[in-house]
Amino acid sequence: MINLIWLTLIAVGIIVAAINGQPEIITDSVLQAANLGVKYSFDLIGLMTFWLGIMRLGEVAGLVDILARLIRPFTRFLFPSVPQDHPAMGAILLNLSANILGLGNAATPFGLKAMQELQSINKGSNEASDAMITFLALNTSCITLVPATIIGVRVAAGSANPTEIVGTTIFATSVGMILAVTFDRIFRYFAKKRG
Amino acid sequence: MLELIINVISKWAIPFLVLFIPLFAYIKGVKVYEVFIEGAEEGFKIAIKLIPYLVAMLVAISVFRNSGAMAIVVEALKPVTDLLHIPGEVLPLAIMRPLSGGGALGISTELINTFGPDSLIGRLASTMQGSSDTTFFVLTVYFGSVGITKYRHALWVGLLADISSFIASVYIVNRMFG
Repeated sequence: MINLIWLTLIAVGIIVAAINGQPEIITDSVLQAANLGVKYSFDLIGLMTFWLGIMRLGEVAGLVDILARLIRPFTRFLFPSVPQDHPAMGAILLNLSANILGLGNAATPFGLKAMQELQSINKGSNEASDAMITFLALNTSCITLVPATIIGVRVAAGSANPTEIVGTTIFATSVGMILAVTFDRIFRYFAKKRG
Repeated sequence: MLELIINVISKWAIPFLVLFIPLFAYIKGVKVYEVFIEGAEEGFKIAIKLIPYLVAMLVAISVFRNSGAMAIVVEALKPVTDLLHIPGEVLPLAIMRPLSGGGALGISTELINTFGPDSLIGRLASTMQGSSDTTFFVLTVYFGSVGITKYRHALWVGLLADISSFIASVYIVNRMFG
C-alpha cells in the first residue's frame, strides 16, 4: 500500500509537470527536498538525544511499573476475559505504560509478550480473541505524554513555540482512545449477536 | 476552560518531566548521569535512521506539490474539506499516518516546512503526527508474531480510532489556534 502511494505521488507529480511543460520544477524539487531531509534529521539529533536520555532514566527508575499500577483499575474493566493475575495482564499494563511514556523500544517487547500470553488463553486459534482486539485498539490509539520527534521538527523549523501542540495532541489522542474502546465494544456486541 | 487546561499542559509538560524524572531516578538510586548518557546515545542513532524515510517522503511530496498536482487534488476535494473545516493540504498525511510512521513524519515535516510550524496547517500536522499510530504496521507485526490470520474487527476499530483522532485534531486546532 505504501509502495503504491509513494509511486503515485512521484509519477502523478511528474506527469502534471510534463503537461504544464515545466520539467525543471521536478529537478529542483528533488534536489531541494533530498537536502532538506538530511538537514531535518540533523536538526533532530539534539532534542532526540536529550529526550531519550531523560526517558532512559524514567525506564531504569521503574516509572513504567508505577504507571502500570496506576492504570490497573482501567484494564480490569477493559479485559474482563483475562484473569487478573494472568501474566498477560502484566505485559499489557507494561506495554501501555511504556507507550504512554513514549518509550517505543521498551514497549514492543512487552507488547509481543502480551500477544503470546493472550494467544495461550486463546488456545492457539488463528482467530483474534476479544482481548487481543481490545489490546491492539488501546496500543494504537494510546496517549503519548510528549511527542518528542514532532517537537524536534518544530524546533528545527524555527517555531516560536514548539511545545504548544502538546495539549492539542493529548486532546486528540484521548478522543481517539475513548472512541477506539467504544467502537471495539460495539463491534463485539454485534459479533456476539450474530453468534 | 478547555483552552486553559490545554495551554497549561503544553507549557508545563516538558519542564515538569525534565525535573521530575531525573529527581525520581536519583531518589531510586539510579546513577543519573551515566544512565542518561546511555539513553542519549540511542537518540543520535534514531535521528540518523530517519534520514532515508525523510528523504523518500519529502521528495515525493514536494514533487507532488510543486508540480501543481496537489493543488488539483485540494481543489477537487474542496467542497468536502471546507464543510468539515479541514485544510485539504493535510489529507495526504491523514492517509499516510496509519501506514508508515517514517512516511507520515516525512509528510508532516514537509507541511511544517512549507507552511511554517506556527501556521494553522503546521500546528494541525504536528497534532495529527503526535496523536495517532501506524495502525496497519502494529496490527501486522503483533498478529503475525502469534500466527493470527483472522483479524475480525481489529482493523476497523483501529482505523475508526485513527479517523476519530484526525477529526478531533482538526476540531481542537481550529478551536485553539483558528
